[in-house]
Amino acid sequence: MKKFLTGNEAVARGAYESGVTYAAAYPGTPSTEILENIALYKEDIVAEWAPNEKVALESAFGASIAGARSLAAMKHVGVNVAADPLFTLGYTGVTGGLVLVSADDPGCHSSQNEQDNRYYAKFAKMACIEPSDSQESLDFVKEAYRISEEFDVAVLFRMTTRVCHSKGLVEEGVREEFEIIPYVKQPKKYIVAPANARLLHPVVEDRLKKLEAYSNNTFLNRIEWNDSKIGIVTSGVAYTYAKEVFGDNANYLKIGFSYPLPMDKIKEFAGRVETLYVIEELEPFMEEQMKVNGIQCIGKDKIPNVGELNPDIIAHALLGKEIETVKVDESKIVGRPPTLCAGCPHRGFFYQLSKKKNVMITGDIGCYTLGSAEPLNAIDTVICMGASISMGHGAQKAFAKNGVDIRVVSVIGDSTFMHTGINSLIDVAYNKGNTVNVILDNRITAMTGHQQNPGTGFTVQGEPTNQINFENLVEAIGIKHVVTVNPLKLDEVDKALEDAFNFDGPSVIITRWPCALKKYSQQDIEEFGPISSKCHVVEDKCKGCRICTKTGCPSISFDVTKKKAFIDPNQCVGCEVCLQSCPFDAIEKVGEK
Amino acid sequence: MAEVKNILLSGVGGQGIILASKILATGLINAGYDVKMSEVHGMAQRGGSVTTQVRFGDKVYSPIIGKGQADILVSFETMETSRWLDFVKPDGKVVINDYRLASAPILIGTSNYPEGVIEFVKEQIDDTIVLNAAELANKLGNIKTMNVIIVGALIKALELEEIDWDQVIKETVKAKFVDMNIEALKLGMNQVK
Repeated sequence: MKKFLTGNEAVARGAYESGVTYAAAYPGTPSTEILENIALYKEDIVAEWAPNEKVALESAFGASIAGARSLAAMKHVGVNVAADPLFTLGYTGVTGGLVLVSADDPGCHSSQNEQDNRYYAKFAKMACIEPSDSQESLDFVKEAYRISEEFDVAVLFRMTTRVCHSKGLVEEGVREEFEIIPYVKQPKKYIVAPANARLLHPVVEDRLKKLEAYSNNTFLNRIEWNDSKIGIVTSGVAYTYAKEVFGDNANYLKIGFSYPLPMDKIKEFAGRVETLYVIEELEPFMEEQMKVNGIQCIGKDKIPNVGELNPDIIAHALLGKEIETVKVDESKIVGRPPTLCAGCPHRGFFYQLSKKKNVMITGDIGCYTLGSAEPLNAIDTVICMGASISMGHGAQKAFAKNGVDIRVVSVIGDSTFMHTGINSLIDVAYNKGNTVNVILDNRITAMTGHQQNPGTGFTVQGEPTNQINFENLVEAIGIKHVVTVNPLKLDEVDKALEDAFNFDGPSVIITRWPCALKKYSQQDIEEFGPISSKCHVVEDKCKGCRICTKTGCPSISFDVTKKKAFIDPNQCVGCEVCLQSCPFDAIEKVGEK
Repeated sequence: MAEVKNILLSGVGGQGIILASKILATGLINAGYDVKMSEVHGMAQRGGSVTTQVRFGDKVYSPIIGKGQADILVSFETMETSRWLDFVKPDGKVVINDYRLASAPILIGTSNYPEGVIEFVKEQIDDTIVLNAAELANKLGNIKTMNVIIVGALIKALELEEIDWDQVIKETVKAKFVDMNIEALKLGMNQVK
């Protein structure tokens, strides 16, 4: 019976069926569920959350050299972090098959940019495969492992949000065990000292020629002939959009193996049609290469390279189709940005920090990025994973050197700190920085849907494991002023901030309280106790000052006619941040007093 | 050949839209349709505006649609209907849950919750069905059944009531909640004539 799977679930199944025995990843939307689903095959596959994508790829690389089939998965910007090993992997090739899944995010649904990672395959001189739906996500992974070993090449398996997170019907197969390739030392292959690297480069160029020959013949690149003079070269999810728009009124060259491109096949296809369109999402990756090869085609002149595509955008761009829509009344729409949840431990910290004057706040990537939004407005910059601490350090040095009296606070989550924030904090300690560094430890990797990490005490496969002690870690780095606080206690947070501002030298504040949505571990229950009763507004005492709404809690609303605040009991979890914010003691715990 | 039908579900993160879509998709698959379903994960789930799309027919290629393409828009929250209204075909249908969730700008008092949304939608789309699923869910004794009640209304509006939905509920929800959700689904179906 067919199963209804997301692309991510299908990739996991494909890895299982391919006999993979090692997989590593760092969570990141839209890639996260790939490793989560691989981890379910506990008996057959070792699955691990790595602290960052570079580590994930290097671990998978090591498993490949050991002779096993391995996989690394990450979001598109994660490949930037893993780029260092990636480019040399392009030279060395592999032993056991190695697939790197890159989940791109056209439209920036949950990302800071919409880079097109197919260019990484070309840049690092490795193979690129692009599935269009869930069935292909499974089938193409199996072919990827075959190619990886036949051509001695790592495969960049490029997915996009709509492939990762769309469900379709999938026919599953059975697992074929992959017998580990016996280990032999291969110094000329795996020690890329300059003398060896020079020898590897021509091998790589030769490999690309062989891969192009394969590309011209593989089932991954297939032609669908129909009775039409229009030809369409397309790949990934864009193929499904093209089929919706043109149906049987066009011929298709459906590219599943997009680097190296099947240039002979494309030339032959182009020669048999009158009009040739290239329909690809984001950048003109195929179009540019086709034009360099003298193939006339219509692509990004008409189809946008900004944002994600859909069938209507293509119908409008190529056929001039106008879709009739009903009227929209903008006055009946108010924005609904994501917010920190009711009871979020970050709220108390940001509420207190937002009151500080004359500070620059460098932020980072995670739920707490939402501390930048109204009404907290407590973050000034968010660039990439780990950047808060290093950018804050540079800013503080520049302020000091140029006589500007602004203090810098760097704010980073627990998982992001371990991802790449540690290196930055070493920089702060080593170069005698003077920033206030705050590790928001909510005991889980929250934004991507609650993944374990080196600070939680559990692995992705549910085993108890070593747990990082942040205080000991930062002290070992050389930070002399370290304090751990409960971020829901506003006075504790305020004192910690003031003490840090008054300390001459770099400091670390660790805010330690679980994510409001976290399923408590036994350790959490012992440390943080049961959740206390909810809060409510005592209307007689409420003066209508609205200060409690400045905490940005989604359970608090203000009744304009009654001029009173109201706490929704269905949402409140009793964190008491609003209770502490109220200057008139008008918020109390339900059942107390 | 059955024409592909497009369903757009909209609401707010945390309202159970993904489970609602899963129930719907399971029923359609059991009935022998090809189905594609598209979800948005990640940052939008933190109380933000959320949509899923379900498409079904003999053969479905694209997992998503553009504006003016939905045969039916089902909105789990009133104001969200306004946000996604131009995705509905001019001769399509709308199911609105008469249920308000204030967004951040409304909570902090920089905007007011818009009035007259339902009336405006009715002016644009003749076939608009309004139900108060929260009230119905409270009568059932569990506010969390609100999403399944809405699915019930959607099933009836799409004339899909011939599918064995009791079986679908058994496949998609935990055993101890099966009876309550079967009841919720029927309650929702009864809201549509």
